[in-house]
Order: sequence, then structure tokens, then C-alpha cells
Amino acid sequence: MTVAEIKQDIKAKWSGKIREMNLKREKRLFVTIDPDLLPEAAKYLFDDLKCRFITASALQSKRGFEIYYHFSVDVVGLIINVHVVLPESKPEVESLANISMATNWIEREMHELFGITFLHHPNMEKLIPEGNWEEGEYPLRKN
Amino acid sequence: MGKETKKTVNTIIPIGPYHPLQEEPELFKLYCDGESVKDVEWVTGYNHRGIEKLSESKTFDQVFFLVERVCGICSTSHPFAFANCMEEIAGVEVPDRAKYIRSIIGELERIHSHLLWVGLAGHFLGYNTVFMWAWKYREPVLDLFEMISGNRNSYAMFKIGGVRRDIENDKIPRMKEVLDTVKSKTNMLIGAVLDDPVIHARTKGVGVLTKEDIINYGVLGPAARASGVPIDVRRDDPYAAYPLVDWKVITAEEGDVFAKAKVRLLELLESISIIEQCFEGLKKEPEGAIETIVKEIPAGIGTGRAEAPRGEVFHFVETDGSNYPKRHKIRAPSYMNIPTFKRSCVGQSISDATIALAAVDPCYCCTERMGFAYDYETKDKILDGKELLKLGQDKTKTLRAKMEQKP
Amino acid sequence: MSFKEHIFKKSLWLFHYGGASCNNCDIEILDCLTPRYDVERFGIKLVGSIRHADVLLVTGSINKKDKERLLEIYKQAPKPILVVAMGACGCTGGIFAEGNTFAGPVDKIIPVDAYIPGCPPKPEAILAGIIKLVNRSNGK
Repeated sequence: MTVAEIKQDIKAKWSGKIREMNLKREKRLFVTIDPDLLPEAAKYLFDDLKCRFITASALQSKRGFEIYYHFSVDVVGLIINVHVVLPESKPEVESLANISMATNWIEREMHELFGITFLHHPNMEKLIPEGNWEEGEYPLRKN
Repeated sequence: MGKETKKTVNTIIPIGPYHPLQEEPELFKLYCDGESVKDVEWVTGYNHRGIEKLSESKTFDQVFFLVERVCGICSTSHPFAFANCMEEIAGVEVPDRAKYIRSIIGELERIHSHLLWVGLAGHFLGYNTVFMWAWKYREPVLDLFEMISGNRNSYAMFKIGGVRRDIENDKIPRMKEVLDTVKSKTNMLIGAVLDDPVIHARTKGVGVLTKEDIINYGVLGPAARASGVPIDVRRDDPYAAYPLVDWKVITAEEGDVFAKAKVRLLELLESISIIEQCFEGLKKEPEGAIETIVKEIPAGIGTGRAEAPRGEVFHFVETDGSNYPKRHKIRAPSYMNIPTFKRSCVGQSISDATIALAAVDPCYCCTERMGFAYDYETKDKILDGKELLKLGQDKTKTLRAKMEQKP
Repeated sequence: MSFKEHIFKKSLWLFHYGGASCNNCDIEILDCLTPRYDVERFGIKLVGSIRHADVLLVTGSINKKDKERLLEIYKQAPKPILVVAMGACGCTGGIFAEGNTFAGPVDKIIPVDAYIPGCPPKPEAILAGIIKLVNRSNGK
């Protein structure tokens, strides 16, 4: 599939739950979706598009907590960035670790650094050093 | 006469944390049942430096010096990916001469990193001569770095829009000389290592990762290519001079330690070929045209990646129009590769554990940027890292003796 | 010749402690063993246990987790022991000194006898530093 075809396909499959879609550069697609679509969207990307999970980047902004899930379609060199915005008061989203081992560690890391909750994560154990900062502290939070 | 109850003794064998040859501080707990490994736990936390947070307080020019020190061996891959990321945000194209220089630096790093790995793997198997050879032939490559950049490691060659120093055309003959030596020595190593029956016995079928493992864990680099998954950022999402030169992606099918070693050695030769073609490219471009001036970075988001010796390095940056990154996410290839120890080590014998671990070429300091920790516990019978290493080396001796006895 | 002088005159056994580092220094130390520098011809070698060492070579910036381990290692070291802080990270913390988990530099945690600056220091610098240290300990 070409980049244009992939974009069309995603638009069709996730319609109704897409907040924003932008082919920022020739091979960089950004799609903001409702957080509850995430597990279905991930399944589609893994199973249908055969994407490779690169990583996820969390950040905190005025809108709350945002996560960019980066997927790579290696055959065309496309990066699909799936973006969700989580409310600051309740930053939680469904875990993808039950679908793919590749997401296991990064979700634990995002939890430790930002305090985001990943629901139904199979082993949300500590991944970040004890002794390096206090319990209940989230080092990358801006407050 | 009662039935004998079989007692399963779970012994934990820690490797590390301060093992003299696996220099990076890390701790692998091998849960063993007799001779075979039942489970692996990765415990660490000694390398956390808070780099992502540090990056937010550095200007974009300063970030290059910071990310270069994420990892000493893949030192140039991080600035490479970061530069690709920032150039995406700024919307600039780098001049061709800079592209060739970037690729030369990237490939030279791949050469020295793979030679380093071959040496370490040789040591783990008990071939100390291989260790000495590989690291001896690494030295001229480091000399080249010193000639180009002033430092053997951490070359500070990248900047947004180009490179900081030129490689003058009159340096090329000397570089070619060194690369010719590396090529002939690599061929010698390939001959010595890949044809040795004892090495075959020690590495074939050991530490296997299947194609499914690669896809499920998102494995990268030579570890993925050795299991028949031909991903390579240089070809999939071309950058710098890679689309301007002729080269091929090296793969193997078996996914064991031997396949990984073969892939790395052949990639070495491929890297030399890429560099030689880049030299020809340099001769065609005017000296000094090494950067596109970038005055301001607009607000935006960007992604950048580069193929480090261990796989894809990925950087994500959000900018807000100021001179500092608002958020900088760094993902090193070993972050994806290390968890596969559960697959490649479990079911192996203890004496194969060290080489199975080393085969993925884990760069702990890359991954450790964010840090992990568990409390260290001592249990039952413990073999320290040195003893574990010796087990691996002794197995080679035994095998060789057996093979030499055969008529 | 005192016992101490006698020991240090013979050969030096180094124990390498790697803190939170990028590993460049650690690799340069290993480089010293390789044929070009061949530090073993001076009788200097790396040992696997602090109890056999004459010199404790510390690389890397020390984070809060490393600090306890470093103190433990220092306690276990047979005295007299010479401590060498290597690299920009070991000497001052280098570029990581502003990190939120930095707990060093080394000389804030244990007494240091010599500093070898560089990022990373070349093998020649490492050897020169150690030899200078030995000569100084021998009163030269």
C-alpha cells in the first residue's frame, strides 16, 4: 500500500473517532484519536498494516497528558503517530501490552515518569530506580 | 522403598553488576533448574542519568553534546537521529557534502562497534586471541576519528543543518589506506571465526530468536536481520548519503548467535564499501559546503531516526519556538532488544548464557537512560559473574578437546 | 623499603568500578589491555574483585543508587588503596552533574588520590595518570 492508500484506509476504519489527521511531511502521519479507540487502532496497525511499534512519547501540556504512539510501516518508510490526549485529573488509558510485548516496558516507564495509568497492564512493576527519587514523585511532570 | 521425590533447586546466578569484561553495570538474575535456565530477570538502576530531563535545559546546539554521551559506542547515532529530527521540524535539507560526511562517520562507527562486539564475543567464548585481534584492528579506526574530529570517541561532528567540521579531500588517501587494512583483517577474522568447528558448535542453535519473537518484541538491528526480518532504517526511510550510494542489507535466517555474528561481520565489509563510495562523492562536492544555516527552530513536533550499530535509534522532539526542546524523547535500540533475553536465554544451558546475552549486543547505557531498579537479593548457591564467564569459556575448551580426539 | 612501597613497586592491580556512564571511559580502560597499549607489560592488570586490588578506578557520574554501592566497594577494599577518578564524569560529574539523580562527584563520596580528566581520556592519558600516581606514592 502507498502512503496515500494507508491514509485513506485509516480514515475509513477509524471514522468517527478521529479528532485530527495530518500528513505533516511526505512520510509522517499524525492522527489524534479518542483514547477509547486505542486498543482497536493498535490491533489494526499490528495485524492489518503489519506495523512495527517504535516507542511511545508522553508529555504534559496545557491540554493534559498527551501520548504519541509511534508506529513504523517499514516497507514504505512511513511513521504513523497515533496521538491521544488524557485529562490531567485522570490520566488513564488502556494498556497495549497484552497485544504486543514491545509496548510493555515503555508503558511502565511512562507510568513512573508521568503518573499515567495503563489499565490492565500485565506487570506494572517498578521499572525505575528506587533510591533515585521519592515515592509518589513523577520526575517529568511539570509541577 | 519409597519413591524418591525430585527436588527442584532454584538457584539464582547473578551476572554482574561490576563484571570486569561486561563493563556496563547491570544485573541479570538467571533462575536455574539444574543446568538449564528457567527464567531471566533484568535488574538494574545504576546508570540512570536523567538525560531526557537534562535536555530540556539545554539549547539545541548543546543537546548534541549531551546525546552523544548517551552511549559511548553508538555515540554518533544519537546526534544523527536528533539532527534528522530537528531538520524535519525546521524543514531544511542538508548539503550533499554534509550528507556524505555524516554517512562516513556513521559507517566508521558501525565498523568500530562491530569489531568491539566480535572481540567481546570472542572473550565470552574463551577465544582471547580474537578479543585482542579485533580490538587491535579497531585502533586504526579510532585513529581515523581522531584525525577527522580530534577525539577517538564522542566526535561532536553534527549540528542542525550539517556538520561542524569538514573532511578535507587530502585526508581521503590516508583513510582509504586504513580501511584497506581493516578490510583484509576482517576477512581474516571471518575466515578464522566463521569456519571454526568449535565456534560452530558453541554458537549454532544457541540463543535463537524466531521471526515471531522479532515481530512481537519489535527487535531491531543485526539481531532482527539475523532472524530473517530485513529492517534497516538506512534503506526503509533513507537519510544522509545512503540513497546516493550502492549497498545491500545483510540478513541471515537462523536467528542464532552464529547468524548474528555473521551478519555483523558482513555488515562491516558493507560499511567499508559505503564509505569508499562516499569518498568518491566527497571529491565531487565543493570543500567547505558543509552546512545549511538555520537561524530559528519553529514550534512543532518532529521524529528522527538513524540506524545505529545496534538498530534504530529514535528521537522525538516537541519545540515551542524557543531555543530549548520542550520535550525530548530518546529511544535506543537496546530498549527493544534487551527484553528478548527471556526468549533467547530461557531453555539454554548456563554455560551458554553469557554468549546468548552478548549476542544481542546490548548497550545497557543506551537503555539505562531512564533507569530501572529492583533490590538485589542473594539466594542459595550463587555463581558470580566471573565464574559464569568461566563456565562458558570452559565449555569451549571441552568441546575443542572432544573434537580433536575424534579420528 | 616499607611494606606499602614494596607492594606498589611491583605491579598494580586495578579494580574498575563503573558508575552511571556512557561507557566510553570503560572501553578506553579495556583498550589499555589491547596490543597497542598493552598495559600488562607494566604488570598492571584488571582484577575481578576489589579485595585483590591496589587501585580503585572509578568511572561515570555517580547517581543516588550507585552511591551506596561505591561506599560498599570502598569499605571492602583492602587498605591502603589508591582511588582514581577517571573522566569528566568521575572528576566533576561532567555533563550529567545537573541531572536530577546526580549524587557525586566521586570525591564527595570517597577520598580520591588522582584525577584523570578527559571525555574520555585517551589510553595514553590513563597510563600516564596511573604511573604518575605510582611514582608519587613511591615518593619520587
